[in-house]
Amino acid sequence: MAERQYDWKAIAKNPKFVELHHKKTAFLFGWWIFSCVYYFLLPIGAAYTPGIFKVKMIGVVNFGYVFALSQFFVSWGIALYYSHVANKDFDRLTRELIDELHL
Amino acid sequence: MKKIFIAATLALSVAAAAFAEEQKAAPAAAPAVSAPAAQGAAPAVAAPAAQLNQAQAVATPAPAKPAPVKRELKTNRTITIGMFMVIIAITMGVVVWAAKQTKTASDFYAAGGGITGTQNGWAIAGDYMSAASFLGISGLISLYGYDGFMYSVGWLVAYITVLLIVAEPCRNAGKYTLGDILSFRTSPKPVRAFAAISTVAVSTFYLTAQMVGAGKLMALLVGIPYKMSIIGVGVLMVGYVVFGGMVATTWVQIIKAGLLMSGAFLLSFLVMLKAGFNPIGFFSTIVSSPDIQDHVSKLVLKDGVILAGADAGQRFLEPGLYLKNPLDQISLGMALVLGTAGMPHILMRFFTVPTAQAARKSVIIAMFIIGGFYILTTLLGFGAAIHLTPQGITQVDPGGNMATLMLAQQMGADIAPVIGDLFLAFLCAVAFATILAVVSGLVLAASAAIAHDIYVNVIKDGHADQHEQVFAARATSFVVGACGIMIGLAAEKQNVAHLVALAFAVAASGNLPVVILSLFWRKFNTAGVISGLLVGTIASIGLVMVSPNMTYPKVVAAGAKKVVAAMEKKQAALPAGETLSENDAKALAKAKVDAQKDGTSMMGLDKPLFTLKNPGIVSIPLGFMAAILGALAFPNRRSEEMFDEVYVRQNTGLGMAKAVEH
Repeated sequence: MAERQYDWKAIAKNPKFVELHHKKTAFLFGWWIFSCVYYFLLPIGAAYTPGIFKVKMIGVVNFGYVFALSQFFVSWGIALYYSHVANKDFDRLTRELIDELHL
Repeated sequence: MKKIFIAATLALSVAAAAFAEEQKAAPAAAPAVSAPAAQGAAPAVAAPAAQLNQAQAVATPAPAKPAPVKRELKTNRTITIGMFMVIIAITMGVVVWAAKQTKTASDFYAAGGGITGTQNGWAIAGDYMSAASFLGISGLISLYGYDGFMYSVGWLVAYITVLLIVAEPCRNAGKYTLGDILSFRTSPKPVRAFAAISTVAVSTFYLTAQMVGAGKLMALLVGIPYKMSIIGVGVLMVGYVVFGGMVATTWVQIIKAGLLMSGAFLLSFLVMLKAGFNPIGFFSTIVSSPDIQDHVSKLVLKDGVILAGADAGQRFLEPGLYLKNPLDQISLGMALVLGTAGMPHILMRFFTVPTAQAARKSVIIAMFIIGGFYILTTLLGFGAAIHLTPQGITQVDPGGNMATLMLAQQMGADIAPVIGDLFLAFLCAVAFATILAVVSGLVLAASAAIAHDIYVNVIKDGHADQHEQVFAARATSFVVGACGIMIGLAAEKQNVAHLVALAFAVAASGNLPVVILSLFWRKFNTAGVISGLLVGTIASIGLVMVSPNMTYPKVVAAGAKKVVAAMEKKQAALPAGETLSENDAKALAKAKVDAQKDGTSMMGLDKPLFTLKNPGIVSIPLGFMAAILGALAFPNRRSEEMFDEVYVRQNTGLGMAKAVEH
């Protein structure tokens, strides 16, 4: 298996790659930090602000339950949003980069 | 060559069976299922967070007045064994088919990269949702309400890290193992060796917990003795992995995930049918149930709180009945959120798909399956609390592990008794398939680390032809599986629940920091990988060794003395001629023995040095710091120069597509 040799340094300096890399890093780490903060609000909130978790919202269903349930929908939301952006922007930029380099 | 393995597998089962017989014959052999005290029940619930400590569990008074109906869980053995046979037959068919396709190392470890995103998504879900989440979490909800549900959230959120940080780069940068990713721009030999050790450690902890849980569960469900269950599960697991490799393992996981979701969905449907599809009314029923109110008021009484009526019912929907130590809870959350992405058997699943896009798609599909399942567990757990009452559930198993199964039987029996038996047998079979799917994934991950990293790349310098690589892979799978059976047999009496927490903690503190830094930090190098892996792993193991997870005879004795005092007081208060109930008398006898205990823990301690059960909050930062400091202390120009290649590869997939086809 003869693997093709690429000039990795040159590709890394290509403006298209730099654009892809900046967009991706900002997006990925930004949303990752957001999701972590949102998740840890649950155990921290349950332990230190139980009063808020007890507030009834719909019938006997309280804020705590709604908040825990929201974790699922927020996670799914982030996943779908990421897949949308990645399919649209990141994959397109990658394809354009590869075409441009005639690889 | 296959004949050798067939012969060896047969020999293994015979030897194992002989071993079991010998054990059985020994006079000391206790009944396979020890009384389902909290300790015996714990392994099936991998609830590392706040599992009741022994003293507490013993102190839990048996219901003061005998419950009107003595609940028990009886399976129809014929139907249940029939269902097991169907599952074994189907999966064996898959193995035979998969064995024909497994010719190269890539086929064995990564199904030749030929799994689609959707298939991989189902397989990830099947690999991840252990019997603990299936039986344990709905059990926790049925006994402790809100806290059980809160506990399940972290298991899904963990996949955000997998999706955003590791899935696609790993697909683009790696081949079969964690060592592949880490050794890219470092000195391959030491890095692979350390990565393999860490992989084997994590897989062994997790595998042991699963095996012991499996044995106890099978014993409880269908009355197969513990040792026979371990051997049965073990031989099947070895068979799937040795002959079918990743293709068979993947399909066993997909089948299991499908069965699990159908079972959970059907049962939730029946629960909601009873509630008239009115979720608000469903929750009101919980609050107004006198049995739940009674159960909660007893639970909070331990903390010196008096609650009754609707207040106690409402309390069931509020946090704090089970997860009591916030720091421990946060620490567990950290281990879950970061550890899942560092689990070798999860990482390995990304090498089975052809592209980064497929890896992404598979995580998203897995997230919907896993999330959907955990939302359904609320309905199952609360449904069990309403229809079976917490008192009825604890009669069968104090840990609540049987709640889902009891609910299935009851919901089915409400239609017709035979449907109850069928439904129960179906869920038992799902539990069985679950165990097989999870343990197979773990054996494959451990054997890949030994065969691919240590044997092929360290010992043979990467010079091994396909035939030799596949042979090494099969042979190590066989050995790893056989070791798994031996450990499972040896650990019967051990409390292994903390091993799950330990596996996640080691993955989060040892593996994940070095994976993230390898992928995203230019200055990272060999010294960083080794110091990160070493410090993270040692810190998490060390902290668990001095944590409350270990047994401290003096602490147990102190707790037992309190129980003895309470029970004797209770006895003194009884009218003349009456004696303690059977449960109380048993508890008293056990406490009297425990109160005599003296000595120190395995580490020579009187009481825990580190007060949290989950070491993540300390060991994860330590792992990151060690990795960063190690890299900064021994800078390496070549590693920095090669970062461009790693970074371009992981973002674009260049140089990867061809590597798959060899």
